Amino acid sequence: MEVKHLTEHYDKDGYATIKGYQKLGGYENLKKALKMKPLDIINEVKASGLRGRGGAGFPTGVKWGFLPNNGEPRYLLCNADEGEPGTYKDRLMMERAPHQLIEGMIISAFAIGSPKSYIYIRGEYFYPKSIVEKALREAYDNGLLGKNILGSGFNHDMDIYSGAGAYICGEETGMISSLEGKKGQPKLKPPFPAIQGYLGKPTIVNNVETLAAVTLVIRDGAAAFRKQGTEKSPGTKLFSLSGNVVKPGNYEVPLGYKLIDLINIEGGGLKPGRKLKAVIPGGSSAKILNKEESEKATLDYECLAQMDTMLGSGAVIVIDDTNCMVDLLGVLMHFYHHESCGQCTPCREGTGWLEKLVNGIKSGQGKLQDIDLIETVARNMCGRTICALSDAAAFPAMSFVLKFRDEFEFFVREGRSKIKGTSYAKMHH
Amino acid sequence: MFKLSNKGTEFVKNELSRYESRRSAILPCLTLAQEENGGYINAEIISYLAHLMDIPESQIQEVFMFYTMYNKKPVGKFHVQVCCNISCAMNGGRELVQHLTKEFRVNDGEVTSDGNFSFSRVECLGACGGAPMMQVNEEYHENLTPEKAVHVLKNMAKGNSHGS
Repeated sequence: MEVKHLTEHYDKDGYATIKGYQKLGGYENLKKALKMKPLDIINEVKASGLRGRGGAGFPTGVKWGFLPNNGEPRYLLCNADEGEPGTYKDRLMMERAPHQLIEGMIISAFAIGSPKSYIYIRGEYFYPKSIVEKALREAYDNGLLGKNILGSGFNHDMDIYSGAGAYICGEETGMISSLEGKKGQPKLKPPFPAIQGYLGKPTIVNNVETLAAVTLVIRDGAAAFRKQGTEKSPGTKLFSLSGNVVKPGNYEVPLGYKLIDLINIEGGGLKPGRKLKAVIPGGSSAKILNKEESEKATLDYECLAQMDTMLGSGAVIVIDDTNCMVDLLGVLMHFYHHESCGQCTPCREGTGWLEKLVNGIKSGQGKLQDIDLIETVARNMCGRTICALSDAAAFPAMSFVLKFRDEFEFFVREGRSKIKGTSYAKMHH
Repeated sequence: MFKLSNKGTEFVKNELSRYESRRSAILPCLTLAQEENGGYINAEIISYLAHLMDIPESQIQEVFMFYTMYNKKPVGKFHVQVCCNISCAMNGGRELVQHLTKEFRVNDGEVTSDGNFSFSRVECLGACGGAPMMQVNEEYHENLTPEKAVHVLKNMAKGNSHGS
């Protein structure tokens, strides 16, 4: 069942405005936080076990703790460059509750002692950006940003920066390059952004949902936050459900929730007569689960890691038996090839080869050894590049071939899809 | 010869001092120049901006080339981007773009003869729960059928900017 903590008031009129937000307790958490010691806030966030909601799942308080005490200005950067295929929760959060994000950001900035933050919003999100822009002006007009916030003596400025269309800018160092006005190419780590980030200064990059969730940690305290979810994956999380379900949508459930319940209860199950074939549990970069695995999986970091995949951004893509897996892998390989920034050879060349190999099979020209070659190329793309895009392309390739090999072999042998009447059959690419 | 409006020039000036580094102004200024030029950027505009912003042309050029939202050639008055990534592909996104280009008699990436429409297939736009979807200029249209999409676009061409 849904447990609406973050999204409790999302359906209420006016919640996106400062008046509506304050009427329902908005900015009370900021008042509370400004009376706390910054280090106590960091410790509370650490104790809550809150983990990054953008994809990597790194503990937020621990990340904040990496900042050096060297007197340099430090920056807070909100990652609103939502682009992982299947993910559309940050868009909802910005449209429905921009002040929740801003409040979480001011609290976080106070905790880490940052005078300046940016919200990096993907360029295509014109509408969400307009809502956040308006909310930002309201926050300034009400003394919640700028000099001496609410009489606390804390100064903080917040601004918005728009991307211009590049998946790779969702990677934190790629985002920093982009904010610096360059190509969004990721930077080698270490040094990590917390040490040397934006313009070489200490920088914390957190996802929209993570920063919004900080308000809950302050409101309820770490112990109460931990009442939802599992021991190692505390709290609730938004899941973006899409694909072949009756009721796609964003649903907030406790971490540890059963994947199959999300599909059947929240998502209303599959269309009549369709059977579940596979689920991508954490955005297109996560390894795919077959039907049996999907029925066993729970939506927490540990369970999905044990199943050799990941929770990622919480984008659950449901695939029914009318889909051709060769076709869908082709869609994904085209995407990663298109989005590779071109810096690292294994990724730049590997994504191109994967797309070519899958398209070869799709065109009926594939050979059996091409299937093995997909696996070999993908394996050689893992762990050898500056950022994770290369691995992110390799994971679907390896897992599709491993778990649905019969469909790839059928396509090679027969020159056509094993699945009758797929959308691919009608397409001429 | 390309020249920004007075308002645009003022915008550039403000952006150059808005961020910690002047270079950060490149992305927003390219976006603005594209808007004022009717939807795309060419070499002349890049030289113009380099001069106006006092930033090396190569730095502007690399940003222009890297990001997909900077159009490299003219687009229609209504630039239609149809998502063909996984959740949309599973729900008819590819058939949708095929239907639209056929209906409006134009190839992918080209502009209709009346200058109204251009179509392109794009990657995930973060509207997977409303698949299939299209972005027309700045606006998202979700839960489409080919018929619905054609209806929306034809209404736009008639002057109803939201297409409904």
